[in-house]
Amino acid sequence: MSLLKVENLSVRIAGVTPVDDVSFSINAGEAFALLGESGCGKSMTALALMRLLPSGGRIASGGVGFDGAALGTLPESQMRSLRGSGMAMIFQEPQTSLNPVITIGEQIAEALPAQMPGGEQKAEVIKLLQEVGIKNPESRMHSYPFELSGGQKQRVMIAQALAGRPKLLIADEPTTALDVTLQAQILQLIKRLAKERGMALLLITHDLGVARYMADRVGIMYAGQLVETLPVDPDNGLEGAFHPYTRKLMAALPSLDRAGQRLAAIPGRVPSLNQKFSGCRFADRCAHVFAPCAETPPAWNSLDQGHAVRCHLAGQPDSQVEPEVAPALKVIAPSEENVLSVRGLCVTYTQRTGQLFGKKSIRAVDGISFELSAGETLALVGESGCGKTTAAKAILGLNPISDGNVELDGQRVSQLSERQFKPFRRLAQIVFQDPYSSLNPRMRIGEILLEGMNSLKVGGGAGRSQAVAELLEKVGLDPSAMTRYPHEFSGGQRQRIAIARALAVQPKLLICDEPTSALDVSVQAQILNLLADLQREEGLAMLFITHNLAAVGYLAHRVAVMKEGKIIETGTTRDILTRPEHPYTKGLLASVV
Amino acid sequence: MSFVPEVLWTDALIWLLVFACTFFALHVVRTPVLRSSWHTVLERPMGMASLVVLGVFVVIGLADSLHYRTRLDNGQLDVEVKSILDRALVQLKQHTERTYSAPLATHAQARETIEKPNGGQAREKPRLQFGGAHLADPEKEWTGDVLIRMASGLSYGLIASIGFVCLLTLTLNAFWRCGISHAFSRLWRPQDKDPAWRSLMLSSFLLLLVSGIIFSLADGYHVLGTDKVGQDVLFQTMKSIRTGLVIGTLTTLVTLPVAIGLGLLAGYFRGWIDDVIQYVYTTLNSIPWVLLVAAAVLIVQVFIEQNESSFSSVAQRADVRLLALCVIIGLTGWTGLARLLRAETLKLRELDYVTAARAFGVSGPRILLRHILPNVQHLILISIVMDFSGLVLAEAILSYVGVGVDPVMNSWGNMINAARLELAREPVVWWPLVAAFSLMFALVLAANLFADVVRDAFDPRAAGSSGANS
Repeated sequence: MSLLKVENLSVRIAGVTPVDDVSFSINAGEAFALLGESGCGKSMTALALMRLLPSGGRIASGGVGFDGAALGTLPESQMRSLRGSGMAMIFQEPQTSLNPVITIGEQIAEALPAQMPGGEQKAEVIKLLQEVGIKNPESRMHSYPFELSGGQKQRVMIAQALAGRPKLLIADEPTTALDVTLQAQILQLIKRLAKERGMALLLITHDLGVARYMADRVGIMYAGQLVETLPVDPDNGLEGAFHPYTRKLMAALPSLDRAGQRLAAIPGRVPSLNQKFSGCRFADRCAHVFAPCAETPPAWNSLDQGHAVRCHLAGQPDSQVEPEVAPALKVIAPSEENVLSVRGLCVTYTQRTGQLFGKKSIRAVDGISFELSAGETLALVGESGCGKTTAAKAILGLNPISDGNVELDGQRVSQLSERQFKPFRRLAQIVFQDPYSSLNPRMRIGEILLEGMNSLKVGGGAGRSQAVAELLEKVGLDPSAMTRYPHEFSGGQRQRIAIARALAVQPKLLICDEPTSALDVSVQAQILNLLADLQREEGLAMLFITHNLAAVGYLAHRVAVMKEGKIIETGTTRDILTRPEHPYTKGLLASVV
Repeated sequence: MSFVPEVLWTDALIWLLVFACTFFALHVVRTPVLRSSWHTVLERPMGMASLVVLGVFVVIGLADSLHYRTRLDNGQLDVEVKSILDRALVQLKQHTERTYSAPLATHAQARETIEKPNGGQAREKPRLQFGGAHLADPEKEWTGDVLIRMASGLSYGLIASIGFVCLLTLTLNAFWRCGISHAFSRLWRPQDKDPAWRSLMLSSFLLLLVSGIIFSLADGYHVLGTDKVGQDVLFQTMKSIRTGLVIGTLTTLVTLPVAIGLGLLAGYFRGWIDDVIQYVYTTLNSIPWVLLVAAAVLIVQVFIEQNESSFSSVAQRADVRLLALCVIIGLTGWTGLARLLRAETLKLRELDYVTAARAFGVSGPRILLRHILPNVQHLILISIVMDFSGLVLAEAILSYVGVGVDPVMNSWGNMINAARLELAREPVVWWPLVAAFSLMFALVLAANLFADVVRDAFDPRAAGSSGANS
């Protein structure tokens, strides 16, 4: 008997169908993961289950059965009592999901059954906090959210969700906003609690690793539809997947084993959902496309026990999907030419303490040293707040350096004034994490690319627009993009534009600050391929700042691990990833799911 | 009789503003992003209707901003400065009574002692010189006459509306090239993404009807009565429109450079620059606003009185005082926008595209101009439109307190100030207040509704989907 049964669910919102004909079921105590890239409709599915769709959205067809009741026809008053006691939800962003002016104890008590007497409530809150691993729950329950760290907030949110003793816990990207080590802790906590309480779990995620670690069964969504459901094999994970999209997704994951190969990127982009589809939605990006794909929508084909796929290939008698092969690339060894050398770099911030004239200084970067040659990639790895971005900005002369020495291309650039630094600016450029805030929305792409050339006087006046067209081609965009505005491009395309902007002044050093962490897996593969290509062609030195260890393994030659402003371990990528010495590095690697 | 154009200070500035607006409009037409935003303003029925009302006010105000002096027969210039509007409404202007009379009245409001032809005296309400003077027996004929005039006014309005619709159809047909009848039906059933033509026609129709009635009545009566010295109140309220518009727009001209400059500088450079600017505006904000304006106005007033001889006419003196008032309100009222822009700049300067520009060695002023200013444009535009109505009301408040525009200048504030005594009379004189109030209400309401629509069209947070997640 399944606890949750979703049958042919379709959601319509403002002329778009973000969820189309989705069916799945979850048994009591089972963990099911909905996996997909952004915009595939996985969060909208979860919201439809809770009947919490954003305004203008409605369930167009299909039904949701929960614990024997049909949710579509339930009056709102009963639905309200079902939320919390029947199913509860954990959200992605712990910062905004807790009310900042109410103590966490009160917020958890709010979710408890209303008729519970006060004393009992307090005991229950303490018990819940204990259960989610908050120390000293008696005193902690009187804290306000701002007194807690991000991980603790996420724990409080879980406690809140558990307060109503739900039978189904819906977790919408519960760890996406958290650091790697925290992610592992929170995932373990959710898994343990689900097992202890016999709770079913619906996990919404974009991360293959998280899905494999947490779920018993996985459903893969693409463009509003469920395309494959399969059980997670304890040994092989999702290796048995059949759908070409799922296989591409897995092949697009960077890792140490794939270093020196081209990652499998999916060409094209997800079709927009405001159209009527005549055939398979993945057809125009699929490598195995054949006759029926364009005309008939594929039906569900059952493969093994619990493994079903929506693909025409599965209906073929001798359907065999050959493994994705990744072409190996010519490996070019870094040259001897030193591009960047950092010696004992320190960056200090002064912060007001709240007392009159009270100030204290904080060392964001505390004496780091490293060298970087042309054609080489150094990965700077660490959790958020460890000072890696601050160090990068200091190298670029965007943050004041308090101590130490930075040499770009053999010339000392630290302790220079803004004006003195200008001649060296074209040596080093940066690519940012967020492709949305890194391009000025009011400037055309051509203007964006020309800005650096004009400011640093690179190339002649007439040759510049020619150079812009070449740059756009180099990063895989059409030169006609020049006259368009940033909002006309997708996240991956914007990141390409940002890379082109950095390359416009022909730098020798490219600093990439988490260039792929805001992107989907398939787009990440495209960008990583592009960066690898550029390095081979231009002999760029790259400082690759990230917390994503898999991408490090794929791209970097050497790794430096940062913690609290210091570099605690450096070495070649293979050494660090396979034989870490420092306990912190070991912990970091162990947290990767 | 020849005439010589006379350009007052505020006239010059207003026409400068008109030219600037024309250039801005051309710029909007050429920039696709701005054009689509303004297009959504026109697509909204509320935006179109309020724009029509505002347009009427602006046309009246502009007609009142073309001044001239006539050359008298003796070769000297007339001391009185007139405007095109004065010329158009010359009948209203010259038909003055002796004192108060109610709207559409035929007799004065108060009893007077009248010498009878037979030598005796009587206390009775005298006939007005112009209001209803054409009636032989007002008691009997008044109702019929007023109704006939209203009906003819309605028919004029109707004819004008039909003419307007025909004109609109012909003009749009030239654009669409789809045939007259098709263009006419498209006006009524606009296609997707068409401006709200129906609301344009409805609001113009209503306005034409109302003005038809008013002008047909104004031929023989004082539609809104007369004031203490017998001047037509309708004429006064129409003259007051210019004062309100000048205060509402010229003040912004003073405010904008200060607010934008200081707000951006404080937000972008921070440090001591930010401290100084913040101290200045906190200090300004901590002085009661009316008091500050009153003090400044009094200083200007003393200055004007000392230099009385340098003004060749009363109008010139009143005009300089009006301009001074704009400058004073502008210089004391920039803090709100500056604070808003500072906060927004603090946010924008941390964005990656600004960091990228800094990594290219782009200079501070250039970053402000290229990266920050275009991204706070919508805030500036929204606050201009929203502040406008506030400034029109501020003029009324200041004139009421007695530190507003020159007493000889027509303004709603002066009319409301006079109403203080008029409301205490018996029988009560209510019409100047009601007239000033309703026109001001119409202008402020239209401006506020327009501001709402503009905000919806330009605020990226309200638009949501257009900017962030495409």
